[in-house]
Amino acid sequence: MGSRRKMEETKKLEKKAETIRRHVLNMIYEAGSGHPGGSLSCVDILTALYFHTLQHNSKDPDWADRDRFILSKGHAAPTLYATLAEAGYFSVEELKLLRKMGSMLQGHPDNKIPGVEVSSGSLGQGLSAANGIALAGKLDKKNFRVYTLLGDGECDEGQIWEAAMLSSHYKLDNLTAIIDRNGLQIDGPTEKIMCLESIAEKWRAFGWHVIEVDGNKIEEIIKALDNAKNIKGQPTVIIAHTFKGKGVSFMEWINAFHGRALNKEEMKKALEELGGEG
Amino acid sequence: MPVVELKSTRDAYVDALVTLGEEKKEVVVLDADLSVSTQTNKFANKYPERFFNVGCAEQNLIGTAAGLAITGKIPFSSTYAIFSNRAWEQIRNTVAHDNLNVKIAVSHAGLTNGPDGASHQSLEDIALMRVIPNMTVIVPADAIEAKKAVISEAYRAGPAYIRLNRVKTPIFFDEDYEFRNGKAVRLMDGQDLTIIATGTMVSKALDAAKRLREKDISACVLNVHTIKPIDKESIINSAKETGVIVTVEEHSVHGGLGGAVAEVLVENYPVQMKIIGVNDKFGESGEYDELIKKYGLTSRNIVKSTKELLKKKR
Repeated sequence: MGSRRKMEETKKLEKKAETIRRHVLNMIYEAGSGHPGGSLSCVDILTALYFHTLQHNSKDPDWADRDRFILSKGHAAPTLYATLAEAGYFSVEELKLLRKMGSMLQGHPDNKIPGVEVSSGSLGQGLSAANGIALAGKLDKKNFRVYTLLGDGECDEGQIWEAAMLSSHYKLDNLTAIIDRNGLQIDGPTEKIMCLESIAEKWRAFGWHVIEVDGNKIEEIIKALDNAKNIKGQPTVIIAHTFKGKGVSFMEWINAFHGRALNKEEMKKALEELGGEG
Repeated sequence: MPVVELKSTRDAYVDALVTLGEEKKEVVVLDADLSVSTQTNKFANKYPERFFNVGCAEQNLIGTAAGLAITGKIPFSSTYAIFSNRAWEQIRNTVAHDNLNVKIAVSHAGLTNGPDGASHQSLEDIALMRVIPNMTVIVPADAIEAKKAVISEAYRAGPAYIRLNRVKTPIFFDEDYEFRNGKAVRLMDGQDLTIIATGTMVSKALDAAKRLREKDISACVLNVHTIKPIDKESIINSAKETGVIVTVEEHSVHGGLGGAVAEVLVENYPVQMKIIGVNDKFGESGEYDELIKKYGLTSRNIVKSTKELLKKKR
């Protein structure tokens, strides 16, 4: 791709990410509860995946050769739903029903939603499921790739490391994990609650190829995802350094926004910053 | 006395796996570093590319199986019963919630892991599994039923917990026995009471019924191999016919077969009932037969409890 076309694509994706951010804020506002901080931090990652990297077809969610994505950090469900809606899996109109009684859009990802491979929300489980899918892909000699997004706080879970061992033991080079390294978990900064550093060294020690990027820069994420495809004989993890609340200045790196909706005044300010009417 | 053939349900499970390996290519087997004990290594030797050892990591065992099931495989996941329960939340939130085709086939259930002691025995698992929506819970009574149940489960979509034992127990079904998920099997007719048993305790129940017959007490024996979904109709009919129910299981008296039967009867046809099982205790080291005796799971104790209960019969 020429550099000009590349720039144009990046611009388009950045615009898409902005739209998704507005959806996310509106959804959580309408619902009256949810996790805006960790939803906003990973918008650029999901945008890069669904609008650049993944081989998928929203009109045929069960297409056998599709690339798979599992949102292991299930509390970022609003971002996944907004991305799936923008990608055409279901109507954008559905988004305002998030967390409402009788809605398809459950508080955490549910496998009955078109495009959701497996339910998640209880932390630590997505990488194991991704491993199983990647093993099945190898067994059937399929070319699809498997992606999963983990939270950094989620890496406190022992199951993540059980799964990390398996991915490298079985040389799952058809698997890419991405860690949303926003540095905050519910109770505070990860380094204060349960330190993760040196997180890159940990994954390297577990046999993974490690790439570190600015996880709020779409072109960097795309480059890393492309590079991961060329790594053979071992799985790749992309440590995506992000800001919790990314896109809304007064939310960035403020842990109060991990698990609460914005109030009316905050919403107005946030949407103004994101440059749209919602 | 006729020679009774003995075989463990665990061994029958592995026979079934090897058969399935040939006839159903989607079947894959996972183990958590106990493949010598569970004997899934026999499948691994024959179909190495379809066997995945995940190391001693039970949460990942279940999660990996979930991923394989999502992608069209039929994973049988094996470890000891007690250790599978370490992944209870993974089983609930992923396998059962998404109604995935994961078969959790566990060995060394109940007290059958005798000398290893309490940490390796499993007396709570039926309760833990049957409380989960979508979950099928099967406890085969002998090697033939185990083999048939495992093969039947490979052809039925949906999660299942199959509870197996390593101790050799009597075979009483014929090779032409047909396993039907959720349908209890009446093994003996009788009018005075019904003994409802599951797993290893079915042969003890049959033995107890024979002893009772010598004392002119006629016991019906019902093998409830599927604890969930439970065969309400057969249980209610037995209660109507005999008016007294005794349940027997190699499991805690809380929340297992006895609990499941009581739930059916109390809402439909309450009768005198006695739940025989391990009385809210942990196990301990000992030979299997010694433990069975200490914890009151012998046919002699079934006879004794039955006679006491019949005295209360109105």
